[in-house]
Amino acid sequence: MLNIIGSLDSPSEGSVQVIGQEIARLNHKEAAILRRRHMGFIFQTYNLLPVYTVFENVEFPLLLLKMNESERKKAVMDALEWVGLTDKVKSRPAQLSGGECQRVAIARAMVKKPKIVLADEPTANLDAANSHNILQMMVKLNEELKTTFIFATHDEKVIQYLRRQISLEDGKVAQDKIVKNIGE
Amino acid sequence: MLAFKLAYRNLVGAGLRTWLNVFVLSLAYVLIIYFNGLMSGWNREARRDTIAWEIGDGEYWHQDYDPYDPFTLNDSHAEVPSIFQDEMENGTVVPVLISEATIYPEGRLQSILLKGIKTNQQVLKLPTEAFHNETNEIPAIIGKRLSKNTNLKKNDLVTVRWRDVNGTFDAAEIVIVDVFDCNVPTVDNGQIWIPLDKLQEMKQMQGEATILVMGEEVQYRKEIEGWEYKDLEFLLTDISELIKTKKLGSSFFYIIILALAMLAIFDTQVLSIFKRQKEIGTYVAMGMTRKQVVALFTVEGAFHAVLAAIVAAIYGIPLLTYAAKSGFKIPEGSDDMGLAMGDVIYPFFSLMLIVSTIILVFLITTIVSYLPARKISKMEPTDAIKGKIQ
Repeated sequence: MLNIIGSLDSPSEGSVQVIGQEIARLNHKEAAILRRRHMGFIFQTYNLLPVYTVFENVEFPLLLLKMNESERKKAVMDALEWVGLTDKVKSRPAQLSGGECQRVAIARAMVKKPKIVLADEPTANLDAANSHNILQMMVKLNEELKTTFIFATHDEKVIQYLRRQISLEDGKVAQDKIVKNIGE
Repeated sequence: MLAFKLAYRNLVGAGLRTWLNVFVLSLAYVLIIYFNGLMSGWNREARRDTIAWEIGDGEYWHQDYDPYDPFTLNDSHAEVPSIFQDEMENGTVVPVLISEATIYPEGRLQSILLKGIKTNQQVLKLPTEAFHNETNEIPAIIGKRLSKNTNLKKNDLVTVRWRDVNGTFDAAEIVIVDVFDCNVPTVDNGQIWIPLDKLQEMKQMQGEATILVMGEEVQYRKEIEGWEYKDLEFLLTDISELIKTKKLGSSFFYIIILALAMLAIFDTQVLSIFKRQKEIGTYVAMGMTRKQVVALFTVEGAFHAVLAAIVAAIYGIPLLTYAAKSGFKIPEGSDDMGLAMGDVIYPFFSLMLIVSTIILVFLITTIVSYLPARKISKMEPTDAIKGKIQ
């Protein structure tokens, strides 16, 4: 489902509309532009680019948007400040802990201030303390930047932070409930 | 621009693997430039020496003259055209009469070409001023190769036999007044040079010649009845052809090196695309089109050629500069292959050679990098992100 919302895949039937666009009708290029401008991805295994530094990893989405260098630098440093990694700008992913890697992945997803962030099991490789830290950070970013976070997760720790829960069973919606209202 | 920036980061980040490929590729650059430079240097030297010693700035040949058929020599002679009278007097047009003859060094018989040349000639480097040496016999100069083959040295006497214009045999003693050292075997091997007026007298061909060697100052190059003008391009054809053949032969070495480098880059690309599936999926998820990812990997592969050019420049410039200054020493005996060749060949590295080599290697590297990268366009990004593609 995240792949379809993220326009990486197409639905075999039915209709999926994301930010006013019908996903099934987008060609490769249009889908790439949609992702580039409006979507951020957070993966279970972080998917950081191994040969890049923390700074370069976070900078990458802005390079695709052809942002100029000074704006880019400022945006990257802001994003790293949100996740508390300003002291790791020159580190490479191999030199970071799992929690730090996931924070870099969040900064990378958030740096362009997208409309939607898609997070696939973002806490699966983290311990409880790190998981809570990261989820609290996401709640904060959601409130400050008005970015929608969509999680796919089995993790009970994540569930308690959600505003709306949609449970799927065998590919069908089994339950859809509003847990908290915005601002609560 | 983005692809270049990312490709550079990826390559430099890949560390040792990149630098090994780059080093092998840089060897290809240096070897291609060295071998081609050596051939160019040889070509330039051979052309320069052949012009200086044998063909001047072009030649007129008697219409029946064929240098590859000695039987034509009996008929290929005629009076020197009168329009060159002044030039002949001041030595800027050099008439040469050529005749078959036989010499008997140390009792052996050897066929040679007897060539008559004017003593005051100013066009060729042949030491014809040595004809002035006082002697009762016919003065002759020979090259070091003939000297070595016949064991004839300066001041030696040798009997020479020839046929005159009527086909009558005659014989006389000649004395070697000088042995010259030159790189052009075609004025040396099997050839004896004597004064033109002597040979004309011996052959009973007063005022006649077989060929006319033109000096640079002589502008006249029109058709003359009974004579055919041969320009430098024609006269140097053999050299150009031989150098071309030698170039092909020597290309064997650098083709192997280039093939090894390309194999390494192809292998790296295939491995990269397999190992970096997650990265490819991530690029697509972040908004790169598949074409952009293919371009990124192609540029990354092609960037090896750019880095290799830089590395090659770092060690190649001093190395090739040294080679150009010190030259390549030719092994003993190699100068008997029929082409002008000095003891040392100085490689000549032209800008054209360097630029064309860089373009060639860059193009081949780009093609080799693109072939495996095409596979990316067929990848499903959802599988690639998870590294599921086998």
